[in-house]
Amino acid sequence: MNRSPKGSTNLSGRANIGDRVFYAGLRAVSWTTILLFVGMLIFIADLSWIAIKETGWKFWTIDDWNPPMEIFGAAPFIVGTLASSAIAVMISAPISIGTALFLREIAPRKLAGIVAFLVELLAAIPSVVYGLWGVFVLAPVMRDHIQPFLATWFGPETYFAAALAHVLTGIAYPFLLLADAFGMTSVTLVSLSAKMMMFSQGLFNGPPLGLGLLTSGLVLAIMITPTVTALSREVLLTVPDSVREAALGLGATRWEMIRLALLKTGRAGLIGAVILGLGRAIGETMAVTMVIGNRNAIPSSLFEPAQTMASVIANEYNEADGLHLSSLAFVGLSLFIVSLIVNLLARTLVRYLERGSRA
Amino acid sequence: MIELSIRDGRRKMVNYFSLAVLCALAFAAIAPLFFIFAYLLLRGWGGLSWSFFTEIPRPVGESGGGMANAITGSLVLMGLSSALGVPLGLACGMALSELKKTRTAKALRIAIDLLTSVPSIVIGLFAYALVVVPLKGYSAWAGGFALAIVMVPIVARSTEEILKLVPSAVHEAGLALGLPRWKVLMRLILPGVRTGITTGILLALARVSGETAPLLFTAFSNSFGFRGLSSPIASMPVQIYTYATSHDETWRQLAWTGALVLVFVVFLLNLVTRILTRRKI
Repeated sequence: MNRSPKGSTNLSGRANIGDRVFYAGLRAVSWTTILLFVGMLIFIADLSWIAIKETGWKFWTIDDWNPPMEIFGAAPFIVGTLASSAIAVMISAPISIGTALFLREIAPRKLAGIVAFLVELLAAIPSVVYGLWGVFVLAPVMRDHIQPFLATWFGPETYFAAALAHVLTGIAYPFLLLADAFGMTSVTLVSLSAKMMMFSQGLFNGPPLGLGLLTSGLVLAIMITPTVTALSREVLLTVPDSVREAALGLGATRWEMIRLALLKTGRAGLIGAVILGLGRAIGETMAVTMVIGNRNAIPSSLFEPAQTMASVIANEYNEADGLHLSSLAFVGLSLFIVSLIVNLLARTLVRYLERGSRA
Repeated sequence: MIELSIRDGRRKMVNYFSLAVLCALAFAAIAPLFFIFAYLLLRGWGGLSWSFFTEIPRPVGESGGGMANAITGSLVLMGLSSALGVPLGLACGMALSELKKTRTAKALRIAIDLLTSVPSIVIGLFAYALVVVPLKGYSAWAGGFALAIVMVPIVARSTEEILKLVPSAVHEAGLALGLPRWKVLMRLILPGVRTGITTGILLALARVSGETAPLLFTAFSNSFGFRGLSSPIASMPVQIYTYATSHDETWRQLAWTGALVLVFVVFLLNLVTRILTRRKI
């Protein structure tokens, strides 16, 4: 009879009817919401059923998307999403963590309040406004100034490209040997090095268009910075003051304290914060749709227009039907699953840190 | 000793240099805000006029016209989404704080967490499958439903946070008076945290008012104004998107002005919540 939470008993001795109804109601609402979430997966899977049956899991590796020919492969969008989000994270991570450190360690309380507020405002700006600004303000600047500059210093036939190719070859070679040992591949060192050279030479190659992968990555970086900053701040707050004081007490300078006490202790949490930012970047739609240039092919240069999983849905869904529509839904399903995995990973990392700091 | 002091000098230099870098990074984080705001004012302010708020858009090539259809549409969509999203979010928040460590609450917490992380375009797909397909057409209902799903986790989270702040003494005092639990919650605790809950709802509204992706193929758009809840409906963000990607100068001007108005509204909502929170619960 005693089903009310915390095992509380009423003084009158009988379970209150109102309470029973109320808690049953709360439970019902909870399960409705949970069902809503599960239903989301099921309904989108249902939308994409035709495409799943037609192409199967090959869908993710086919690198062509040609609606008139009924060829649907998501590889260009997966590459576009990964590349633009990776650029965003590479730019945003140092800025966000730096800002969080600035807010905690350097800024006087008043200034910290103002800066934190401004960063919050950045998070409040709607995605479509970022897109508008990106198209009409940032893209021309990228086209006329930043991209030509990058092409001169990091483009093909520069020291940077050559060095990068060698570094990448060095990183990839052990994996190649490993794969070779299992008889999985027959790529030689020469061809590997040639591939890496092609990749590095192509990175900042091509005409500066303004719209493209790099610009969308930059816009995404601005958009995820508030999220990553806020999360990093929370992580830094979990580092106990005693650790900071111990470092300072041993004669560490402020920077050494930041490096040893804050960054090292909070490493797992900070990585979690960055991964949550990555999750946001992966799912971001409107701003990217507006600045990425919308081209359904795997880009070979950061200057080239591309397409992400989210942007292709935004661009084509309204005019699609049949297998095309279903394939777009399949792209959406993939995006859904990827962002779930990324978020669960980040949450696990943050939780791991919280447990660590309590111990 | 001398060697030590040289090393100390180096450490100091590294220290100052690194701290300066941190300052520069913080500056880099907020600089875009000023650039974006400056351009919104620069490009958008000129188009601000009475007709912007009262007229519907004119065909391509004609100058003038406004975004009245999008403004009313956005208001209707926000009303619809609040009607569903706010009660559901509130109930979820109460469930999270009341059911504590039960299996239901644990599952709900995971669902809410994951719901926050779902890309909004995917929510659009869901609303498409659940509402647009059965109703055989784009409608305000579908758009409102999609936005409601965006709202639920935000409202639920903030409600739970606020309820957590209520001292258990209030709970106990109510129970000691012989009140049933639901009365304690609804009559004693909720009225006390009204402001905090309002804050959460306003934040959710601010977020939803700028959402574009879930509306593209649910509410769609129209350029005539309100035609009932079962037909397509325009909204500020979608309209801005359409105009920004068009090649018409007048329309682009409307996009900038629309963006300025939208950002103004969103900032205002954020400011109100900030003032409300400063006064504390």
